[in-house]
Amino acid sequence: MSWETIFGQLSWDSLVFSGAIKHPSTSEFVASGAGSIVILGAIGVVVLLTVMHWWKPLWRDWLTSVDHKKIGIMYIVIALVMFLRALIEAGVMRSQQLAAADGAGYLSADHFGQLFTTHGTIMIFFVAMPFITGLMNYVMPLQIGARDVSFPLLNAISLMLTAAGAGLIMVSLVVGEFSTGGWSGYPPYTGIEFSPGEGVDYWIWSVTLASIGSTLTGLNFAVTLYKQRCPGMSMFRMPLFCWTTLCTSILMIFAMAPLTVATIMLALDRYLGFHFFTNGDGGNMMNFANLFWLFGHPEVYILLLPALGVWSEVVSTFVGKRIYGYTSLVYATMCIAVLSFGVWLHHFFTMGQSANVNAIFGIATMIIGIPTGVKVYDWILTMYRGRIRITTPMLFHINFLLTFVLGGMTGILLANPTVDFQVHNSLFLIAHFHNMIIPGVLFGMFAAVQYWFPKAFGFRLHEGWGKAAFWSMAPGFLLAFFPLYWLGMNGAPRRTVMWSDPSFTPWFALAMLGAALLLLGTVFLLVQIAVSIRQRRQLNVLLGDPWDGRSLEWSIPSPPPAWNFSVVPHVDGRDAFTEAKKTGQAYRSPAAYSDIEVPRNSMAAPLIGVFSFTLAFGLVWHIWWLVVFSFVAAWAVVIARSFVSQTTEIIPASRVEAEHEAFLAAVRATPGVTRDLEMSSKNRGKAAPDRIGQPGQKLPDDVLESAL
Amino acid sequence: MNAPHSLHPGVNLDVTDRESHAKASEVIFGFWIFLMSDLVLFAALFATYAAMSSQGIAHGPTPAEVFDLGSAFIETLLLLLSSFTFGFAILAMKYSTSRARLLGWLGLTAVLGAAFVAFELHDYYVMIETHDAWPQTSGFLSAYYLLTGTHAVHVSAGILWMIVLAVQVMTLGINTPVKLRLLRLALFWHMLDIVWVGIFTFVYLFGVAT
Repeated sequence: MSWETIFGQLSWDSLVFSGAIKHPSTSEFVASGAGSIVILGAIGVVVLLTVMHWWKPLWRDWLTSVDHKKIGIMYIVIALVMFLRALIEAGVMRSQQLAAADGAGYLSADHFGQLFTTHGTIMIFFVAMPFITGLMNYVMPLQIGARDVSFPLLNAISLMLTAAGAGLIMVSLVVGEFSTGGWSGYPPYTGIEFSPGEGVDYWIWSVTLASIGSTLTGLNFAVTLYKQRCPGMSMFRMPLFCWTTLCTSILMIFAMAPLTVATIMLALDRYLGFHFFTNGDGGNMMNFANLFWLFGHPEVYILLLPALGVWSEVVSTFVGKRIYGYTSLVYATMCIAVLSFGVWLHHFFTMGQSANVNAIFGIATMIIGIPTGVKVYDWILTMYRGRIRITTPMLFHINFLLTFVLGGMTGILLANPTVDFQVHNSLFLIAHFHNMIIPGVLFGMFAAVQYWFPKAFGFRLHEGWGKAAFWSMAPGFLLAFFPLYWLGMNGAPRRTVMWSDPSFTPWFALAMLGAALLLLGTVFLLVQIAVSIRQRRQLNVLLGDPWDGRSLEWSIPSPPPAWNFSVVPHVDGRDAFTEAKKTGQAYRSPAAYSDIEVPRNSMAAPLIGVFSFTLAFGLVWHIWWLVVFSFVAAWAVVIARSFVSQTTEIIPASRVEAEHEAFLAAVRATPGVTRDLEMSSKNRGKAAPDRIGQPGQKLPDDVLESAL
Repeated sequence: MNAPHSLHPGVNLDVTDRESHAKASEVIFGFWIFLMSDLVLFAALFATYAAMSSQGIAHGPTPAEVFDLGSAFIETLLLLLSSFTFGFAILAMKYSTSRARLLGWLGLTAVLGAAFVAFELHDYYVMIETHDAWPQTSGFLSAYYLLTGTHAVHVSAGILWMIVLAVQVMTLGINTPVKLRLLRLALFWHMLDIVWVGIFTFVYLFGVAT
């Protein structure tokens, strides 16, 4: 057997370190350093797991688990790890652009190309997507009073497909190179003629795995929301985060398929010489642009909508008021979801359509500003006459309102094709979409972590470090991206490795400073988690309701039991838990407990994840035996699993009763805290009725109701 | 939320097997959504084909030169007939307790499906042999092979699924999970018919007419 039969196109030269040995340069050393971090990180994890004897718990309690809460947490862990990598890459790119003001800088053009490609691909597919998916996974079933999602095993499979894609992109740091074609991977540049290496193949298969995983996630969540709501939870009683989850799920169902089609076509062009996007023989890259953005624009809202749901939850909780304009927020969400399919062409105004077509898509794009504006007003009006507590999530929210509106304004500018012709492909565009995604999505996720972390782990995050993170990230963002608007308007194109205009230098220096602040803020977030774990006794909120929450997830212990709700809740209005607390229905012992059926752990999902990873790795390196073996093995797992008949187990009513009654007894024995003491160590997760001023005075909701 | 009397689109088991019917609503609904997503995938392939069959011919043959309407017609009959026999399989599952009857109809469906795939492979062979029409020849042919090929892969996967379920009928019996899987496979199989009707119309009939 020859080397090729066994190892495909892999060779010793594929290892990242061979570049540094053969052609030593700063650029190669940076690449080798990154590869070393991946290897050392992997070794570190293995050693830690071995020393702490965590292998077995990891497999038993996490990897084989089909519990939506654990799957949600694993998604967010993936997102955080990948976020660190892509953030460091952003810092490296910033420093290169600063260093290359009048010279070559320290990175080769090719290396720089890989950096902006991995940065974009990772931030979208392996940070933002797993972050929102993890959050929806954790929170949504709890908010609708469900015991799990509709298809728990499918949920685990989605996670493992995403993890396989993330793993593939990490391996590309050590073995071979990544694509230099940008996160959107436009052919014909990414075709075999112009990008003959393995880089584009890494991009194709990691994105395809993530895309399939997201399709299945969307399906799962939509069915859960339609079929698993607890009695009384009609659609218009759902918390707004559930509505945004539903709209995002529907977008995932419809929008991921065009991406899968586009990447598969590109793969056929590259592997088998088809002519979908080639320059000659009838290929047409415009078809790729259309397919990609038919996915790509809804994708923007797939990311944004769950964050908008988070903002609705955060603002009404920390203002202590019912959300203003619930119905209008629901319809605005649905309008955004529908409109998001009608604007994809604004990503390529300059690529040859007629002026009329451009005008139609430009107008459609501006119309999205209307429902988004409705939401902004609703959030502001929720704060009106509320008792605003300036907590970390609330700081992120106020910052969001201010900066997101500015980003929206530049979006309206870009929606005008005549303006777009001037600034497209410039740093102005980079500034615009970072202005939407960082304060909107990323900070939304950080706020969500601050808000729901106590639910997931039973202790609050340290508030001081959270505020420190906010106060370095919020100005950091402004410094990092507002100079790019200016640079873009002055003609600085995106994705450019070096410069000759000296007037750019101060702006790049400011942007570098901003990037450093963003890095510092991230370090603060990590410190916050470490400090909070050490102080978890003082910060414990095991009784489950640290913020005087309004929806059902706050009515159960923190962390919740595997079966979520010991008794399926019945609701008869919005803000179900607030109503229950008002009327004294909360924390009552039920008349009777019954047995609960929960899904059993399964090794099917991690096996499918492993085989889809080896399948993709084999495809990247043309190791055909591995491809065939992995494909057959993955489907064999699916088929074998369908022969397993014992897929659930029963939690006896006696155990449910014992645990739940112990929880209720603890709640009754503990004095509640008012909102003034929310951040003190007195907060054990039981909220006292919070009257403004004198006892007996009306709550903000009542005040507003009588005023209206 | 799953009231036992609620009906879902497609064949319902409410009359003969209430227990299975109570569990059907959620999984059947989930599968409809999967089919919807799968149809979006086919829609993208159809759109690509529509563009490429007129603009992507380059130096290769035109649709009218390579398509054999007679063969496509036979394939259509085979696939529609297989949907018909699958309908009988589902009726056998719903109303009879005989495994043999269910397996018989399933077997017939699988044979018809396999014949369909065989005819399609033969089409490819003829196109390549007599017209030198490879997928690598032009954008039009790339789009043609991908659209019909994706459909053929779906049919083949359906046949494999049918075999697995036949084994389950024999080993596990016609229990609730197997029934629900058969209901979903039926939906999958009928959807492939609808896609094929689209292919026959827009690829073959339009292709030969223009």
